[in-house]
Amino acid sequence: MKWKKLGKIFDPTQHTLPNNCKEFAQSPQALVFDNFVRIYFSTRERDESTEKFLSHIAFVDMDKKFENIINVSSETVIKLGDLGTFDEHGIFPINVLKHEDKILAYTCGWSRRVSVSVETSTGLAYSDDNGLTFKKMGDGPVLTSSLHEPFLVGDSFVKRYKNTWHMWYIYGTCWIDNAEEETARVYKIGHAVSADGINWNKEGRQIIDDVLNADECQALPTVIEHNSRYHMYFCYRQAIGFRKDKTRGYRLGYAFSDDLQHWVRDDANAGIAFSDEGWDSDMQCYPHIFKCEEKIYLLYNGNEFGRHGFGIAVLED
Amino acid sequence: MFTWKKLGRVFNPAEIKGKDWLNEFAQAPAVLKFDDFIRVYFSCRPLPDANGQYVSYSAYVDLNRKNLFEIVNIAEQPIFKLGDRGTFDEFGTYPTSVIRNGKEVIAYYAGWTRCESVPFNVAIGIAGSNDEGKTFNKMGSGPVLSYSMNEPFVLSGPKIRRFNNQWYLFYISGTKWIENNCKPEPVYKIRMAISDDGINWKKTEKDLIESKLEANEAQASPDVFFWNNKYHLFFCYRYSLGFRGKEKGYRIGYASSDDLINWTRDDSKAGIDVSDDGWDNEMISYPHVFELDGSVYMFYLGNQVGRFGFGLAQLEGELV
Repeated sequence: MKWKKLGKIFDPTQHTLPNNCKEFAQSPQALVFDNFVRIYFSTRERDESTEKFLSHIAFVDMDKKFENIINVSSETVIKLGDLGTFDEHGIFPINVLKHEDKILAYTCGWSRRVSVSVETSTGLAYSDDNGLTFKKMGDGPVLTSSLHEPFLVGDSFVKRYKNTWHMWYIYGTCWIDNAEEETARVYKIGHAVSADGINWNKEGRQIIDDVLNADECQALPTVIEHNSRYHMYFCYRQAIGFRKDKTRGYRLGYAFSDDLQHWVRDDANAGIAFSDEGWDSDMQCYPHIFKCEEKIYLLYNGNEFGRHGFGIAVLED
Repeated sequence: MFTWKKLGRVFNPAEIKGKDWLNEFAQAPAVLKFDDFIRVYFSCRPLPDANGQYVSYSAYVDLNRKNLFEIVNIAEQPIFKLGDRGTFDEFGTYPTSVIRNGKEVIAYYAGWTRCESVPFNVAIGIAGSNDEGKTFNKMGSGPVLSYSMNEPFVLSGPKIRRFNNQWYLFYISGTKWIENNCKPEPVYKIRMAISDDGINWKKTEKDLIESKLEANEAQASPDVFFWNNKYHLFFCYRYSLGFRGKEKGYRIGYASSDDLINWTRDDSKAGIDVSDDGWDNEMISYPHVFELDGSVYMFYLGNQVGRFGFGLAQLEGELV
């Protein structure tokens, strides 16, 4: 795979965002319309009661060459959950897709814990106003912890292939106590299938091999079918020391499959690496692949987990 | 109306010495029968930590089958360890319900974690025993029954049953948290799930029992007992707030069903209430009904939801 970087296309500090959000435009994900592309992302509000962050969804509409911004959301796109629900303290990320005459969204909801920082689960919502706002199908999650995936289910990415719904997502495997920083989490990429997009059967295994070590953290899988092969991008990092040390932080990984069952990890062919300088010189994360006007694009975040926005690359093949 | 004759308190945790994990509380009794004794599982607590917070463990006491007031054995250790960091059962395993499955004993239990905006969340775990219920191994580090779109939090109080080759799990599911001046309290209702194997569950997604006291009535301990060709459900219920005293605290309710799906609530038939004085004069809760050697019995909790142990009542007449 060979990507041509088109540079950073959105800087959250240059716009007024809903929900008092100031910085961060994380995990950009596209929904292609006839005349524009809507890119959803997660941005952050400071929670005054705790000084912690609350993640909210917003979007930017861009022309189909990603050169001009047409509109930025000014209203709440999807509300955070009520007291005690799984998405009370944030929604990050959101994966949006068209299905028949509806627009569906698989969300990752965050709620805070005491012994560890957070728990996550996947929610499901729909829009009946062309993706401007979303309503939840329930107060609880559509995919969550289970016997062998005990916590931190999230980052869902959903596609339909041959009448089957496929979800790639992440699940936690352990929390690591360590001297250097707060308790660290480890998560891996899993896969579930469904006949209706609501009732899911987890495959129950890690589908992408580790390359760093057993504590490698793998996040945000995104899949596209191209030239009769399925291609997956994701990001991965070390479990500890990943915030400040660029050699331990997020970078993009790549795998391919011919049957959606067996994936061959092949990071060497990812075709995209850190820039020598600039907004993605220390980190690359939260990839999202999509097709627009017969071209394949890759949205992703750069340094500091997308604090300063996101950029885009186009596949050159 | 049924008539229950109270026989008195069977187990008082304060009388047990030398077990720091069993300091007070003996909650949610559940019976497993043996030839010479019955094993009664319950949940208990050590002293609270420096912040006044409790963890809870599950254990058992063996009672002489011929004299249920005679303790013949007590568990040496809790039957489950608390979960690892970040797991659903890190801060408690309460309550527990057991069932035989061939040579194995299967336990379903509620696991407790602590949250920031609300005090806790609960999901249901599963464990198996190959030594007649003395020790259990968890089947996974996550829950066997967890949250879903219409059951968003607080899945607790499991009671496992098998009828007509189907597994039934009765449990409670939270519907909302009431803010309550920064001391949130959950509302929960009785629900049911069905399974062919005890592992993969299909929720029926319906409240089994209509609410009576108020829309936010909290319902717990859904104890189903098949007797005289009918399903009898004893449970407990209380007001959503101010329930730690006598007036709004737990009472025992009753419903019946012919098909396990449609239930008719009729608390006037329950036939058991608080006593005029003694250990159960303010509240009674967590009923568990079982048959033993021709008699029908009920274990139940008294004041402060089992802080002082559990007692026994015997049915007089018929359960029809």
